[in-house]
Amino acid sequence: MPRLADLLLLLVMLTSFVVLGTTRLSTCIRAVAFQGLLLGMLPLALYPNGELHTWGLAVGTMAVKAVILPRFLSWAIREAAVRREVEPRVGYALSLLLGVVAVAAAFAISTGLPLPERTREMLVPAALATVIIGLFVLITRSKALVQVVGYLMLENGVYLFGLTHVERVPFLVEAGVLLDVFVGVFIMGIVVFHINREFDSLDSARLTELTDR
Amino acid sequence: MSRSALVGLALLLGVAPLLSGIAARTKARLTGRRGAPLLQLYWDLARLRRKGVVYSRTTTWVFRLAPIVLVATAALAACLVPLDGRRALVSFSGDFVAFAYLLALGRFFLVLAALDTGSSFEGMGASREVTVAAFAEPALFLAFIALVLATGSLSLGGALGAPLTQAWPTAVPALAMVTASLFLVLLAEGSRVPVDDPATHLELTMIHEVMVLDHSGPDFALILYGGALKLALFGALLVGAVVPRAGLAPGLGLAVLVLGLLGVAVLVGIVESVTARLRLSRVPQFLTAASALAALAVILLLVR
Repeated sequence: MPRLADLLLLLVMLTSFVVLGTTRLSTCIRAVAFQGLLLGMLPLALYPNGELHTWGLAVGTMAVKAVILPRFLSWAIREAAVRREVEPRVGYALSLLLGVVAVAAAFAISTGLPLPERTREMLVPAALATVIIGLFVLITRSKALVQVVGYLMLENGVYLFGLTHVERVPFLVEAGVLLDVFVGVFIMGIVVFHINREFDSLDSARLTELTDR
Repeated sequence: MSRSALVGLALLLGVAPLLSGIAARTKARLTGRRGAPLLQLYWDLARLRRKGVVYSRTTTWVFRLAPIVLVATAALAACLVPLDGRRALVSFSGDFVAFAYLLALGRFFLVLAALDTGSSFEGMGASREVTVAAFAEPALFLAFIALVLATGSLSLGGALGAPLTQAWPTAVPALAMVTASLFLVLLAEGSRVPVDDPATHLELTMIHEVMVLDHSGPDFALILYGGALKLALFGALLVGAVVPRAGLAPGLGLAVLVLGLLGVAVLVGIVESVTARLRLSRVPQFLTAASALAALAVILLLVR
């Protein structure tokens, strides 16, 4: 069973790389939806003899991260008629290389962290890598919708980290994380629409032009 | 030096021109056409063999030497690969570096010959070819490093031989990523579709084909054969990495090799049918993705 969890974590990291390397917004969203699906399957793989709590977490995560949020994002794409290509400040090839550096750094850091002994081997480095890559996407992409994807990946990383403590920390923590994501995406969606309506663009560099004269 | 390794080398040399025929046939079938005969490249080679050679007055001995060097280096590189899945004809510590740079030497001479003609189109092709090669090389080396880490053997003969059989059950994800990375490198090194298009006839879009426009007759036959051999060689690497055959009987191992090569050719044909060629500026990104995959595999193998 732990083998299956390692495989899922690996796929989580690979989907992050898809987001780093792709030029199409729709592929970005599909990748992050797939990542959400993987994250939903993880609690079941990590705690095979799990009770109701684990199942609830799995189903809730899949519903929110793999169905609702991606639907919301693709709806935003259609409504806003965003150009399919993202225009990064850091090139795709360099992004991929920096992604590898991030994964290497995550593995290097997590060996030195003073963690409780119960944590699974791959979970912490995968969480760190996903957080770093999500943050990287958030910083370097100029289209607001891709930044939402980056934010989602960041939250996915936080969720992965939370999985190390599922047995001890109550259900509320995970629910909070889900809510956090939902609210964040909701607000950013509204912002996206505003930018789109006002300036006919989703480029967040234009946000600096927002002044109240 | 074992007999089965020699037979393997002969098989590889013999079957190499068939692969592009199978890839082309797969592509034709998937797009609803009948396609050229499977043995087309053999007939082409035989026809070119009978033809005369035309040399431009601007060319020098480099131009005449290049086709021979291309085929010779590819054949030498084939000696380093354990074709029967047990041992290679020639094996020494660190021979995967020799493998990579023997192929690079052949490419270097091909590029020199292209520049030797003084044609601006061929110079352009040469520049593109070298660019692609520069991006494919890190991916190939990272894949080799991952294989070395997984098997603890510093030669191709070992890394694709018996130790790999034990390595697969313990490191499935890493080795799967190495395989994917090697396949992407194969597409680039074999001048196949996402990177280059072997069927194009417009100089502006060609990479590999534009470099050899001035070659004719037996020289051109050698170049075509060298290209086919290189594709087969990477196919053999791929088959070696996916199916460790050290436990099989030598004859069975060779049969698996040939079947695997045909399978790789079909896969190449499928990829060519379902993907469009990448814009030239996107090719480095494609190969960086291959490097990233192999690098992840290396990281995974280092921390396990």
